Amino acid sequence: MTDSKGKRNGGLGRREFLATGAAALGLGVTGFPAVLRAQPASVKVGLIHPVSGFIAFSGTQCRAGAEMAIADINAAGGIKSLGGAKLEAMLGDSQGKPEVGASEVSKMVEGGVHGIVAGYSSAISLATSQEAAKSMTPHIVDVGVSDQIVDRGLKNTFRFAPGYGTIAKFAVDNLAGINQMSDDKAKTAMIIHEESLFGTGTANLLQKKLPEIGIEVLDVIKHANPTRDFTNIVLQIKSKKPDLIIPANYYNEYVLLARTMRQQQVKAKGIYSVLGGAASNYKFVNEFPEAAQGIMDCNHWFNPKSEIALQRKAAAEAKGLVYTYEVFLAYNAVVALADGFERAGSTEHDAVNEALAASTLDMSYMPYGPTKMINGQNVGARPVNTQVLDGKIEVIFPQAFASAKPVFPMNS
Amino acid sequence: MPPSGAFSQFIVSAMPDLAIIIPSVLNGLTTGALYALVALGLTLIYGVLHIINFAHGALLMLGLYAVYYLNTRFGIDPYVCLLIVPPVMFALGYVLQRGIIGRASHGRDENILLVTLGLSIVIENLALFFFKSDTRIIDTPYSFEVIQILGAFVPEPKVFAFLGAFVTAGLLWALMTFTDLGRAIRALAKERKGATLVGINADHVYAMSFGLGIACLGVAACLLLPSYYVSPQVGQGFVLIAFTIVVLGGMGSFVGALIGGLFIGVVEALSGLFLGESLGQIGIFAIFILVLIFRPTGLLGHKV
Amino acid sequence: MRTLIILAAVFAALALVPLFVVSDVWLNIAIMVLYSALLGQAWNMLGGYGGQFSFGHAAFFGTGAYTVAVLQVQYGINPWVGLFAGGLAAVVVAAIIGYSTFRYGLKGSYFALVTLAFAEVLRILSNSVPITGAGVGLLIPLQVAPSNLQFADKGSYYWLVWAMALAAFLVAWWIGNSRFGAQLMAVRDNEDAARALGVRAYSVKLRAIMLSGFFSGLGGVFYAQYFLYLDPHIAYGASVSIESLLVPIIGGIGTLFGPLLGAIVLHAISEFSRDLIGDIPGISLVLYGTLLVVMVLFLPRGLAGLLIRRKAAPQTPKKTEAEHA
Repeated sequence: MTDSKGKRNGGLGRREFLATGAAALGLGVTGFPAVLRAQPASVKVGLIHPVSGFIAFSGTQCRAGAEMAIADINAAGGIKSLGGAKLEAMLGDSQGKPEVGASEVSKMVEGGVHGIVAGYSSAISLATSQEAAKSMTPHIVDVGVSDQIVDRGLKNTFRFAPGYGTIAKFAVDNLAGINQMSDDKAKTAMIIHEESLFGTGTANLLQKKLPEIGIEVLDVIKHANPTRDFTNIVLQIKSKKPDLIIPANYYNEYVLLARTMRQQQVKAKGIYSVLGGAASNYKFVNEFPEAAQGIMDCNHWFNPKSEIALQRKAAAEAKGLVYTYEVFLAYNAVVALADGFERAGSTEHDAVNEALAASTLDMSYMPYGPTKMINGQNVGARPVNTQVLDGKIEVIFPQAFASAKPVFPMNS
Repeated sequence: MPPSGAFSQFIVSAMPDLAIIIPSVLNGLTTGALYALVALGLTLIYGVLHIINFAHGALLMLGLYAVYYLNTRFGIDPYVCLLIVPPVMFALGYVLQRGIIGRASHGRDENILLVTLGLSIVIENLALFFFKSDTRIIDTPYSFEVIQILGAFVPEPKVFAFLGAFVTAGLLWALMTFTDLGRAIRALAKERKGATLVGINADHVYAMSFGLGIACLGVAACLLLPSYYVSPQVGQGFVLIAFTIVVLGGMGSFVGALIGGLFIGVVEALSGLFLGESLGQIGIFAIFILVLIFRPTGLLGHKV
Repeated sequence: MRTLIILAAVFAALALVPLFVVSDVWLNIAIMVLYSALLGQAWNMLGGYGGQFSFGHAAFFGTGAYTVAVLQVQYGINPWVGLFAGGLAAVVVAAIIGYSTFRYGLKGSYFALVTLAFAEVLRILSNSVPITGAGVGLLIPLQVAPSNLQFADKGSYYWLVWAMALAAFLVAWWIGNSRFGAQLMAVRDNEDAARALGVRAYSVKLRAIMLSGFFSGLGGVFYAQYFLYLDPHIAYGASVSIESLLVPIIGGIGTLFGPLLGAIVLHAISEFSRDLIGDIPGISLVLYGTLLVVMVLFLPRGLAGLLIRRKAAPQTPKKTEAEHA
């Protein structure tokens, strides 16, 4: 192409003009060198996150993580099977609205995107993956924990992180394990959850499974977003005196809940949050070291024994980022997509989707089992349990990844 | 029996322990006082300018950020900020009304609605750009201090907010009753033409009223932040409830806003207790609808 | 009659859009424009022609959306049936809101806030009852087939929303040219005078809110079938209510073409500010908000105000003491 550009000054022959014109229009010309088509100058990766609106914090974190992955992959030589083609980010803002997310997808598809990493929220991920499915554009859901996302049979939609079905199962199994190790076992629990998809879905599953491990659920309290005051809820906790308090809510509400529990001097054997808990959030631990002490969490986390994971964490922190789960899950999603391009040796949608469906990506930097995709879901994905101990977030369960022993009851 | 499944949760979330009713009501009163603080400014604006200020939540958020930065950058206690933030907010309100809102209204309700909506979008997203989307909290020596009342723990910041709401309402009442400005505002609220005929500068007085309303938000921000957080969208959670209170109390009535706030606080607490925290929010709106239908001038309906 | 011919010509031209626009992006924008115009015109029937400002049109929108979704997901009823059921369910909600507010003579800001409260009540209820999936929401299974009211191509969705919008605009035209509409506008301009002339204000307003609710409900049905997922915030949240009133106010309330102009301009400035600013979070929305304010500063009567300058523009209800007392 540079060649023809050079010629343009000297005047193009009619034939050359037609050929370049057609190529520029993207029509593809028979006899056009195949190599050129297989090796795009860059591989376009669409990143669609809610960087404005109500969940802007999480969206911004996701975008930062994904951009870091793109920079790292490019620095390491790009997609090698495509002659070292570099990844190029196309950025989209869903504003926290599914319909805006979907329209960003159609824009990117038209802009020739080769793969999309999107969502953060489940509602938005449902809309973006479905829109991408119309053109079979490979779509990786970075966070969205709803299992409906992968249950629809879309052939272009993949998730490498665990969904809430898996997370709730492990939350209960791990809790059973921790309880087993303790002399002072928890027998009762109260679930405090936010009212949308992730909190309600998680709470429903927990409510079903906790009795199976001998923990009676005394009450389930669903609250609105935002809840301006948690005193009422905490008063109910105080009057029911559960051994375990299980919150499943967003950061703002979690902070208010934790603060109110301290004001009202709630004593429980443990606070065991499931997903979105602030006890796997460095910001919370740094701002409220005392309130955070001893809180346990079952959430997305990295493998603290992996050098790669620690390096990535250090790199993110060097950029001034708080290393939350949004950052590394979005990072992983980009890595998984890049691996799909790499193994497909092409940016053809079908080839990449096939490669992704057969992915066995080495994710040893996560506390996962071997990567295996079933219906677009990585069934090796797992959450872990963390606990805040002396101002640090430690992995306490499962033992293979543990960096500390659980302290339970939390004040013992 | 624990409630099982969504349905039983819908019917009733287990009878609450009676012993927590008193603490719950107390808490409702203190939370309600915070709502009243936000509503005071709104009721003034509503009563005088007859406008629905959609930017109220966004301006509250600005006030909260002001307190946050004064506290974290300069170590100024949020209660000392009471000397700084409300005057600044007053000036901002004055300029907004005189420079933009008044000018854009062209005497039409729907234009004011649009302008305040546009302003709230601008302010919230500027905040997102400059302050980032992080949730921010301040740490004060008294954040976790509590006072024991009737066996209930009431956090100190909430006690201060409760008192602050009464003082603010009282000051506003005094200002409206005893000062020339107050008289001018009341005259203008009643009869614009007559007021301008006797030489009241309507644009100036409108802007003063708007400024005062926004200054109230400054007070609310100083008293709210010690027990709350700030993020670019934080104000939206207070707008609807503040409107509810304004209407319940009678538009333009400070006493009404105060009592309406306390009332809504208690309703919220009790319906949360008996219906569950999520469904319980319905209590506020159900009461709102009923009051509006059967007593459209509000519980204490009279004008400024 | 002349406006009807213009209306027919505009919609005939609009019908051809999918034949010329091959780009999915542009087609999607065109769909969203017509969808906004539909919501805006629905609001305009009550707010523009009737002078009753509603802040709670989400109550109708959400009811339409949930009806088609619940019928499909919980009862297996075909969405083509749900389409009409959704519109009718919204009419029922509109009748209830209209009955309980207009009968007691609620007007102005009071009416606006009470509609908002009704939408909130419905949002909270839909968040709690199992039939709507509560907070988990409702996912309509992806089964692309025209018999399922799901289409593989955007063109078919376009024609669906085009037909809905056409119906709404025809009804708005009818309001502008019928005895009923004359009564409605008389009530808007001066209710007491209208009453004195024998207009039954309550029944006129009630009919207007039911018409308005029907088309808002259709908008909800369209949203549900296009995006296939609903939760209480999407269905009954404030953003739909705001979009519904923003569109006709920008375009010119109480005018036939106002909602269409408003929808076009709002989407244009939204796309323009996003393209201009791009990736910095929030800044494109700052520009969007600024443009809104600037438009009000310079176009106090909406865009349609530019076109009908010579004709007597519709009167907005002047605030009276009675309203605020």
